[in-house]
Amino acid sequence: MFIKSSADIKENEITPESVYRDRRRFMQMALGAGALAASPLASSKPGFMTETPLTSGPDWLAKQIAQAEAYDKKITDKLTPYEHVTSYNNFYEFGYDKSDPAKHAGSLQPHPWRVEIAGHADKTGVFDLEDLLGKVTLRERVYRLRCVEAWSMVIPWVGFELGELLKQFKPTSRAKYVAFTTLLDKKQMPEQGSRFSTIDWPYREGLRIDEAMHPLTILAVGLYGKVLPNQNGAPLRLVVPWKYGFKSIKSIVKIEFTEKEPATSWNVRAPNEYGFYANVNPKVDHPRWSQASERRLPSGLFSPNIIDTQLFNGYGDEVAQLYSGMDLKKYY
Amino acid sequence: MPAVWRRLIIFSVSLVPFLWLVYRTVTQQLGADPAKTIVLFTGEWTIYFLFITLSVSPLVKLARWRWLMTHRRMLGLFALFYALCHVAAYLVFILGLDLSRFFSEMVKRPYITAGMPAVLILIALGVTSTKGMMRRLRKNWVKLHRLVYAALILGWLHVLWQVRSSYFEAVLYGVIVLVLLGIRLYGYRRRAR
Repeated sequence: MFIKSSADIKENEITPESVYRDRRRFMQMALGAGALAASPLASSKPGFMTETPLTSGPDWLAKQIAQAEAYDKKITDKLTPYEHVTSYNNFYEFGYDKSDPAKHAGSLQPHPWRVEIAGHADKTGVFDLEDLLGKVTLRERVYRLRCVEAWSMVIPWVGFELGELLKQFKPTSRAKYVAFTTLLDKKQMPEQGSRFSTIDWPYREGLRIDEAMHPLTILAVGLYGKVLPNQNGAPLRLVVPWKYGFKSIKSIVKIEFTEKEPATSWNVRAPNEYGFYANVNPKVDHPRWSQASERRLPSGLFSPNIIDTQLFNGYGDEVAQLYSGMDLKKYY
Repeated sequence: MPAVWRRLIIFSVSLVPFLWLVYRTVTQQLGADPAKTIVLFTGEWTIYFLFITLSVSPLVKLARWRWLMTHRRMLGLFALFYALCHVAAYLVFILGLDLSRFFSEMVKRPYITAGMPAVLILIALGVTSTKGMMRRLRKNWVKLHRLVYAALILGWLHVLWQVRSSYFEAVLYGVIVLVLLGIRLYGYRRRAR
């Protein structure tokens, strides 16, 4: 079938034979080495290494990411290719089309980067990203990402457990929630200056403290073993795999421990459509579309790749106890 | 220029968006979610062709482009063509031809509830666009074809009710709809006086 996406060489890109042969050899090596090491990424590596330019960050970060602890769980889902993960994004600070962030996020300057830690904790202040990353262990995590728009991807992130970082600031007993804020800078994020935007910038998100401390919750600094591209939320973004994608706030500049439930951007914009919890739940429909199923990307035209959506995005064994006794229809 | 040539040119130009879409599909340039890209693209061009078709009579009256009138039917049929592509792509590529889901979506989603009658109107107008139908329906033909204004407003609601983070498109389309309807209302009032 001609529709199916592949890493085939296009007609107009005639590759010299020597280069082509080298590349083949390299791919075979990567495949072989991958199979030997039983790396979960082996099967997808050749695809993303051939055509798509990779993001490079500062050396210290690239090095730290390359040394991340490998993911040790079995992966049953097929990874979404690198080129799709980095070219199909919702990052409205750079435009409203899925292809806009990849085109326009070049204006973002993710390095150097500073993050403010504030609120109910013994230790607060403004820290260099490099210093924060010195305190944590980077790990690879392969997670399903379910967007509230009913599509999903499978992404190998590189990051660290948010809890591992938060504990070091010694949150007090009044720290019941954690609030996150994205950078506010119209020069770097041009759509923040748009008159037609329905969102009150900067983008804000939040978690309950037990959700934030859960080992599945990570802050990512890379994907596919490389530095996180700007369009994916460089240099530091949240990933909460059992919640809809909009909870996973990008390009974070502030983390605050709060006593009250923090205001979150989509919830403020349309409270009947987007709840604070936003746990993936096939039984609670979004008012404008069904959440019972999702299209796993990339989807072919004649194989839409429609799969059933699972409660908590399939992470129920790990996270369901966080919500025991809660009415998930009311707290959607 | 002879009318035949004009007809050929307008036909070819109107087909360009469709051919461009086919080209990008075949060369796999539609990205991770080709289905959504196709549905969005054909939907946008349906609206553009509605705008173009409804601009014909103001242009004939105001700019005296009388030659354009002969091509209005073809432009309207292109709106129908892109609308049918839009619905077909949604049915096949997004729903995988699951008709039960189609009906449940139509009831549950206000923007689809608005979009469907708009497409049905365009189909009815397309079917009755021949000279024979014009003769048979006489005065009723004009009345029937005024439904295009309903399709226009429904199409705009279809866009408005999908707004997530930016009102830009919905506002822009709204202004165009208001201008197109306003011109007609103004003309109608002047004639009534």
